[in-house]
Amino acid sequence: MHQYIVKRVLMMIPTLFGAAVLVFFLMRAIPGDVCELRLAGTGATFDPDALRLCQLELGLDKPLIGQFFSWIGGFFIGDFGNSMWTNQPIVDEIGLRFQVSLQIALMATFVSIVISIPMGIISAVKRNTWIDYCVRGFSIAGIAMPSFWLGILIILGLLIGSQALYGEPWMPPISYVPIWENPSENLAMLIWPALATGYRYSAVATRMTRSTMLEVLREDYVRTARAKGLVESVIVNRHALKNALLPVVTVIGIEFAFLMGGLVVTEQVFNLNGLGKLFVESVSNHDYTMTQALVMLVALIFVLTNFFVDLLYAWLDPRIRYS
Amino acid sequence: MSSGLKTLAASLAVGAALSLGLGGAMAAETPKKGGVLKFVVPDEPPSFDGHRETTFALVHPIAPFYSLLVKQNPENSMDPTDIICDLCTEMPKPTDGGKTFTFKLREGVKFEDGSPVNSSDVKATYDKIIFPQADVSSARKAYFVMVDKVEAPDPQTVVFKLKYPSSAFVPALAVPFNFIYDDAKLAQDMHWYEKNVLGSGPFQKFERQAGAFIKGTANPNFYEKGKPYLDGFEAIFAKKESLRVQAIRGDRAAIEFRGFPPQSRDDLVKALGKDVTVQESDWNCVLLITPNHRKKPFDDVRVRKALTLAVDRWGGSQYLSKIAIVKTVGGIVFPGHPLAAKQEELQQLAGYWPDLAKSRAEAKKLLKEAGIPDGFKFTLNNRAVDQPYKIVGTWLIDQWKQVGLAVDQQVQPTGPFYDTLRKKQDFDVSIDFNCQSVVNPLLDVSKFISEERSGSQYGGYTNAEVDKLFDAMNQTDDTAEQRKMMRRMEKIILDEEALGFITMWWYRIIPHRTYVKGWNVSPSHYLNQQLSEVWLDQ
Amino acid sequence: MATSELPVTAETAAPRRKTAWQQFTRVAKRQPLGVAGGFIVILIILMAIFADVVAPYDPTAMNYSAFTAPPGSEFWLGTDQMGRDVFSRIVHGARTAVFVGFVASFVGAGIGLVLGVGSAYFGGKIDLIFQRVMDIFMSFPLIIMALAMVAIFGTGVDKVIVAITIPFIPRCARVVRSSALSVREMPYVDAARSIGYSHTRIVLRHMVPNVMAPFLIMITAFVGQAILLEASLSYLGLGVQEPIPAWGLMLQGGAELYAESAPWVAIFPGLAITLAVFGFNLFGDAVRDMLDPKLRSQ
Repeated sequence: MHQYIVKRVLMMIPTLFGAAVLVFFLMRAIPGDVCELRLAGTGATFDPDALRLCQLELGLDKPLIGQFFSWIGGFFIGDFGNSMWTNQPIVDEIGLRFQVSLQIALMATFVSIVISIPMGIISAVKRNTWIDYCVRGFSIAGIAMPSFWLGILIILGLLIGSQALYGEPWMPPISYVPIWENPSENLAMLIWPALATGYRYSAVATRMTRSTMLEVLREDYVRTARAKGLVESVIVNRHALKNALLPVVTVIGIEFAFLMGGLVVTEQVFNLNGLGKLFVESVSNHDYTMTQALVMLVALIFVLTNFFVDLLYAWLDPRIRYS
Repeated sequence: MSSGLKTLAASLAVGAALSLGLGGAMAAETPKKGGVLKFVVPDEPPSFDGHRETTFALVHPIAPFYSLLVKQNPENSMDPTDIICDLCTEMPKPTDGGKTFTFKLREGVKFEDGSPVNSSDVKATYDKIIFPQADVSSARKAYFVMVDKVEAPDPQTVVFKLKYPSSAFVPALAVPFNFIYDDAKLAQDMHWYEKNVLGSGPFQKFERQAGAFIKGTANPNFYEKGKPYLDGFEAIFAKKESLRVQAIRGDRAAIEFRGFPPQSRDDLVKALGKDVTVQESDWNCVLLITPNHRKKPFDDVRVRKALTLAVDRWGGSQYLSKIAIVKTVGGIVFPGHPLAAKQEELQQLAGYWPDLAKSRAEAKKLLKEAGIPDGFKFTLNNRAVDQPYKIVGTWLIDQWKQVGLAVDQQVQPTGPFYDTLRKKQDFDVSIDFNCQSVVNPLLDVSKFISEERSGSQYGGYTNAEVDKLFDAMNQTDDTAEQRKMMRRMEKIILDEEALGFITMWWYRIIPHRTYVKGWNVSPSHYLNQQLSEVWLDQ
Repeated sequence: MATSELPVTAETAAPRRKTAWQQFTRVAKRQPLGVAGGFIVILIILMAIFADVVAPYDPTAMNYSAFTAPPGSEFWLGTDQMGRDVFSRIVHGARTAVFVGFVASFVGAGIGLVLGVGSAYFGGKIDLIFQRVMDIFMSFPLIIMALAMVAIFGTGVDKVIVAITIPFIPRCARVVRSSALSVREMPYVDAARSIGYSHTRIVLRHMVPNVMAPFLIMITAFVGQAILLEASLSYLGLGVQEPIPAWGLMLQGGAELYAESAPWVAIFPGLAITLAVFGFNLFGDAVRDMLDPKLRSQ
């Protein structure tokens, strides 16, 4: 097992390094740079000297290879650099956003679990009945809706609904307060995107729950249990569910990793100051250092999630370790 | 600046302003103290140094922390020529044949850290802007080409010596980015103000949450007694326009200072009734049509002229003003300014003729003469911003379709868009943009002078006559003469040589919560943002 | 086309004599959702093909006297903020959606298929390196990858397709690879190898047909995703561009600003996207149910 872990940890390194190379050159392939953008404000009175100076300050005039290695080198001494747009340390810039993204990812995952597991089970047990079709239709409809469309409809619905009911339009807060400072304000803001996202992402988990349940329900021990005369609900709860859970947990885990940094559109709609919004802004600002740092962060979350999933399977199934 | 020009400007400006709200009448009410003004801002500023940045996203959250030497009069914000003192005590009369301006400073003004504001700070500030050291970036040093030197003979006196008399000087001084910095901090590190905020303005105690907000608290020692009325302000960053509109509606913010599309105004008025007040103004921003003179067939004046003749500006003004933030038809000068062309003058120019059918027939004739086949295809380069870029672009494509041109649109994010204009230079025809703070047409038209002199003229042409007129206009303070030269320049650019074109001028619509008082709309979203006069009626 | 493939599954393969209608009702009973999805898909494809015939107006023609006209007899689904007929734009938008969806998913999944099978077949170092490269691409959030691609290549239908295709490749390659790995160990592949067949032949004749199931599943899943991704890029201002009619683009300009005052501008394109993706997903799910060997033996 130890050997397996060491092997898997070592395998992360090339992935992370590759991601670093990819993002570094990808960003620089985009025409224009952060300096041109900063000086784009008024359209007129563009000063070529100011542009050169800005590029000089940010080291954009240096050879690419040098820039790359000084950036990578920074990782080893814990220096992630400054954002090229705000010139503030990247660690500070990401810190707060990480917190927002983490909370929304946790909440959305929770919503997704609450929706998908019971629905998946119902749909498996009532397979090929109208209940099954409704459940599947509902869950697929979630993933079929453009997330921004859903978001816009939610906000507008809240505004119109609250005005109709209370006379004053209400909408979720647009700036974030940590949950320990003001829980009600915090939840009033995050509950809506969490519901929308959780519902959208429940489709895959519902599907997974349903198909694993179907498989498990056919297994012999369920037949045995049934033969023994156990009531259907006991069978479902005790025996089938436990075995069906593992792949579902995996799917949910991977989705959680995706939600950290992947909620690009939803964060825009609800003005959530999270990693996804920062991602879009830093790409469109040509903020190389920030985008690079974010990609590395998301890549790290991705490889770690995969690592833990693999570990879980390896622990459960010794064959994997030796293959 | 001549007083005749000033009166003329004032009357024109009043005519141009359509204030649906109670903007002007506000002065009669007694301001209440207290409260925190929450407003939304579309972007986060790159740094905090106004001297180096160019975006309004810096002005809105940062300007309240600073004083300026002179500023646009916040109580007469629609008059682009009404410039008053901020840190100085009296607007000076120029001496030495219009070449020397001597400013006296207020006494007892202090920076937030307690150090006094005196002439050496003002000198250090303008030296940084006008004559930046090799490693210091100044975005607007080109505004001050007429300045020879800045002197500080005593702690309360600043003297600007010009190379030649120029009407462009005072408006340039009033640019809202020219924050007065502490010379001690600058001596320590010229880049100190990029990451720090320390001014003598109505607000202090800068507080920032990355990506979320910037907050300020009232400065109790502010030099205008009794002001600011607010306890503080909070600038909340919200990228999506729809969310900013909703924020006003749901009262998560009271105002947005850039401007909303007409539809959002109507929705807000419908939803909030008297709880919302709308202020509107012509806007000192305009989208241009820039044909690429380096590329065939746009090197042919007939083809370029056909492009402008095909566009129905008078009609477009009516239609587009319902869906986009554009409205007023104008020439190369901001329509609210005395130097702007009057309607009858405009109608003499190609593309502004009252008879659209004649204009389009002429366009087709010119295209035929130039050997352009029907259904000729080219690409319009545009910026990936909805309001008003993409809407105006889509409208232009429809206009050109009417004279048999089949135009595609290539829309790019801001970075690649400017890269195309400045470096690649491979576009056919591009949308371009000119947007200024203080209305200063003499300098604002530098967008149209020859490529090698302008730095921001992307059509790639050279025209000696335009350059000569530009220089001559800037080196006189005779307004009648300036106006004549401006008309000639306009005729060459828009008509005779068809160098580049104006679409319609932007139109600024600010629907805000009615409880926000004392803020008056101005022709620029860069202006009038110190917030010292603003109060909340709650 | 949806129905003609269905009867070949283990269970329904029996009597050939049955009429098409009988076969269809059988399948409709087993997979009512899949058939519903198939109908939606066919409808959208037909709309795309015959857009010029179906649409009553030129989708790009601006009508200055009818800005945001409500739905009625003249304009069935109303007009948008530029006076263009919403129904015509939705019909023509189907063309863009189908084009983007199919090209991106077929090309993406196709390249993924080749890479995945190749990697599994050759194994060893090649496979190891290949897997790491795919990991790298997978570790990028899909939309960020697409965003960067659009920023590099520019906007426009062809470029948006490239931007969407690239992130699909590793996703398909991974799934195909894992199926191909098990195929590789099959006796007949060994046999083919020992006879001395060329690599190309073994890969194409023996391995590819055996990973068609996951491949088809990926394709059907991708079409819906591609349509959604295009819409999201449009929302971020970087998708297909005016005046080309595209659903995401219609929403981007219209949904936010007109959701209340002219809801038809916001609702119908949104419904079109939702319905299309819904249809493709239902259809895809049915395909998966039939092709997935684990579920087949029910």
